[in-house]
Amino acid sequence: MEYILIIISAIFVNNILLSQFLGICPFLGVSNKLSTASGMSMAVCFVITLATVVTYLLNSLLVKFGLEFLQTISFILVIAALVQMVEIVLKKISPALYASLGIFLPLITTNCAVLGVALTVVQKSSPFAAAANGMMNLGEATVYAFATSLGFGLAMVLFAGLREQLALNNVPKSFKGIPIALVTAGILAMAFMGFSGLV
Amino acid sequence: MGKFQLITKGLIKENPTFVLLLGMCPTLATTTSAINGMSMGLATTFVLILSNIVISAIAAYIPDKVRIPSYIVVIATFVTVLQFVMQAYVPDVYETLGLFIPLIVVNCIVLGRAEAFANKNSVGDSALDGIGIGLGFTCSLTVLGLVREILGSGSAFGFKFIEGDGILAFVLAPGAFLALGYLIVIFRKLTSKKAE
Repeated sequence: MEYILIIISAIFVNNILLSQFLGICPFLGVSNKLSTASGMSMAVCFVITLATVVTYLLNSLLVKFGLEFLQTISFILVIAALVQMVEIVLKKISPALYASLGIFLPLITTNCAVLGVALTVVQKSSPFAAAANGMMNLGEATVYAFATSLGFGLAMVLFAGLREQLALNNVPKSFKGIPIALVTAGILAMAFMGFSGLV
Repeated sequence: MGKFQLITKGLIKENPTFVLLLGMCPTLATTTSAINGMSMGLATTFVLILSNIVISAIAAYIPDKVRIPSYIVVIATFVTVLQFVMQAYVPDVYETLGLFIPLIVVNCIVLGRAEAFANKNSVGDSALDGIGIGLGFTCSLTVLGLVREILGSGSAFGFKFIEGDGILAFVLAPGAFLALGYLIVIFRKLTSKKAE
């Protein structure tokens, strides 16, 4: 039951793009076409889940030695290294998957959604934690990360679909490009606000 | 480019928010009020200036292949310093901005300036560039925050001038997108007129 709550909350209510504003750069940058948007979402999904598990374990090590202040710097390094490694491993094991995700992988290092989720799950005041000390356990953290990235994918694909339609329309000159995309995103975010209160 | 231009270009010509469209996440997330926007801008400026100085000083010694990771380490170091400083002196602001302080590490403005400016210019120029871009970022965040605060809660810099609530949506997520979208349009209109 707890897991279902986490999933619904992370996908709809606290959608990472439309209500938490993490990962806006790819949201605006690669949402011109549906195919690139879904490719990016898959790559992000993969990296967020993996990075969260690794940084969660790393964090318990940091806590053990009382080095919590190193979280930011060590997490970003781990994420950067992980992305590189994923790229190398994918290239060897599954060239097909690499071909579809490949170009998006290097971009993900600086995607704040990855670092954002990794930092969120190790915070002491997580609303979804079952444990008494207020921190998610590894299972919850993994589910949360996966569901968050599904939410990322959902918003991304919806938005790309809207923008594909938008490209066919005649937009006033000053609105061309990003401004009209932002206004569209605003309306999409308003629609997602309808989910608030669900959990 | 003159020294003065290095500082002023961030305000209009290379405004990071309205022209270059960099660092969108903190821009949208932290501008619920003018004060919040300004604090976020100043926090980013702090990191930007210091990382620009250090990166321009050490750029010559870093092998080309590992430059991005090295820059990220430098930036992350200053972000950690900033976290300590803010926790010590302005704990309230630190609480409000929350997650977005550590996320300055992945703010594309900071890495972008390191890559585009600091690694091929002198220490002094890089510091000025950091000040200029940081100032531009702070100004646009304050403006966006001010607009959202006026529309959303009927106050400016914390001073309330109407009774009751404003249009609540502008403080919440959708308002951020809408306000930024329209502000960019206004900014484009104004600057294109000037160019003609």
